[in-house]
Amino acid sequence: MIPVLWLVATVTFILMHLAPGSPWDARSGAQGRDLDASLEASFNRQYGLDKPLIVQYFTYLKNAVTFDFGESFVKVNKSVVDVIGDGFPYSATIGVLALAIALGIGIPVGVLAASRHNTMVDYVSLFVTTISYTLPDFVIGIFLLIIFAVQFGWFPVLFTDWRSYILPALALGTGSAAYIARLTRSSVLEASRMEHVTTARAKGLRSRSVMARHIVRNGMIPVITIIGPALAGLITGTIIIESVFAVPGMGRLFIDAINSRDYPVIMGITLFYAFLITLGNLLVDIMYGLADPRIRESQ
Amino acid sequence: MGQALAHAENIDQAERILESGKTRGLWSDAWRRLKRNKAAVVGLIYIGFMTLIAIFGPLLAPHDPNNIPMGDVWVPANLPPFWMEGGNPDFPLGTDSLARDNLSRYLYGARVSMVVGIVPTIVTMLIGTAWGMISGWLGGRWDDLMMRIVDVVYAFPSLLLFIIMQASLRDTQVGRMLGGLMLLFIAFAITGWNGTARLMRGQVLAIREKEYIEAATAIGVPTRRILLRHLFPNAMAPLIVSASFSIPGYILSESSLSFLGLGIRPPNPSWGSMVFQAFPTITYQPIFVIMPTTLIALIMIAFAFVGDGLRDALDPQSGK
Repeated sequence: MIPVLWLVATVTFILMHLAPGSPWDARSGAQGRDLDASLEASFNRQYGLDKPLIVQYFTYLKNAVTFDFGESFVKVNKSVVDVIGDGFPYSATIGVLALAIALGIGIPVGVLAASRHNTMVDYVSLFVTTISYTLPDFVIGIFLLIIFAVQFGWFPVLFTDWRSYILPALALGTGSAAYIARLTRSSVLEASRMEHVTTARAKGLRSRSVMARHIVRNGMIPVITIIGPALAGLITGTIIIESVFAVPGMGRLFIDAINSRDYPVIMGITLFYAFLITLGNLLVDIMYGLADPRIRESQ
Repeated sequence: MGQALAHAENIDQAERILESGKTRGLWSDAWRRLKRNKAAVVGLIYIGFMTLIAIFGPLLAPHDPNNIPMGDVWVPANLPPFWMEGGNPDFPLGTDSLARDNLSRYLYGARVSMVVGIVPTIVTMLIGTAWGMISGWLGGRWDDLMMRIVDVVYAFPSLLLFIIMQASLRDTQVGRMLGGLMLLFIAFAITGWNGTARLMRGQVLAIREKEYIEAATAIGVPTRRILLRHLFPNAMAPLIVSASFSIPGYILSESSLSFLGLGIRPPNPSWGSMVFQAFPTITYQPIFVIMPTTLIALIMIAFAFVGDGLRDALDPQSGK
């Protein structure tokens, strides 16, 4: 995890400093023109950009270890941590809601499809989930926005109150719901072919309790394990969704920072996202061990 | 010299014997299964149609897609499509916010989408195949090292890298090449090859212990030839399936980046950048957002159908 974060920090640092132009162009309104030399020098001194690159790099790494990511170039008197703190609650709310939608719809649909294997219900759900899984989140988001906010006016087009969380969460959750439904279906089908299920049936348990106690519980193992990475994926997935729904979250701030060349904010948010994603990947292994004792013992 | 030639001929003959009776049936079998899958056939037809448009689009386009009309003719901006009130048949799908012809821009956008899907796929397949085959064949310490690099590339969040690369390198010389496509190709190639590398390494490990490889080694077939003539053809099927999923993946990445204003450079049209451009008018002229968004949706669905179909056709044991 640490090597990946270091690599992300290094690559981002190099790329940021390869970018042509100065970060002060936007602030001084000097887009395309040369900034007054003395002004530029004083800005550079203030933010430590006058030092050699290698010194800046090690200073950055040293500070990053203590969660000090510097100050925003654009938002005066705001640290990067403040900026992330402003945006993260919006992104996290949408991510958690999307996860709830994904699990709340995905698991029942998957179990239903598996219990009606090779019937019309199964085929229809397979078709619908294939399409929803395939459609990009922002495409779903745009259609939801046009139908429910623009045409019907049930939701605000711009970000205003609690209602503004619903459409972004739906847009983000639909694809994951479809994925979870497919995963649930196949793992429940697999679980229902196991021998202990035959035993349970043979000893005369009702099919409903066989389904609930012996099949679905086993079939949930792969689903549980993807919750961690799914949540991380959903929170980073908000980068694009927030642009569709004008949510003032972290993704939106990230794009704003890019457009205004706010290097410390770009670096900080990138590292934060990378942290979430690697954490999600790490959680897969841990969850697998927790959900399936056989894996824990083999390690 | 003569002896070397005779030796080479022997190898050829031996190889032919080893190969005879081999996979001839696999591809025709797979094709038969694919044809029976209705969704896959529909997807194939749509992709074929879009490929034709990508190739011949410029001949069909009624106007210059990047030309902002000025001077002698006055063309209104945001002209609605012909079936809506105020439409003009000269501009069948209306005009954009800079009065450029939408139909022509959608046609050129098909070219961008197909190219941005196919070129990085070919590049990443080549890099990944070479990397994975060499890693799997060498084994041992080299294998460990090469796979460790694959793991690191895999862990690097790709969307973030694309965004950062676009943000910092857009205005450099590389960023301007091919209207911004070059930078997209490079970004996709850097992150995209690791899946193929893993796949090919797995294939090599699975196949290298088979008798026919042992036989080929025993009669002195050179390593390079074993890799290219014996291992590679056997790994073709999973490679094709993985390509059929990576093409729409790149199309999606391009359209997402362009939707954020970080993809292809203006004035060049891509479906994602047309959504981006029309987005401010979504409340009163949603049709200009709906049209390019639908094009993105359809191509994604078509590729998904074909990809699923290919996977089922080439590997009947998988899924279901």
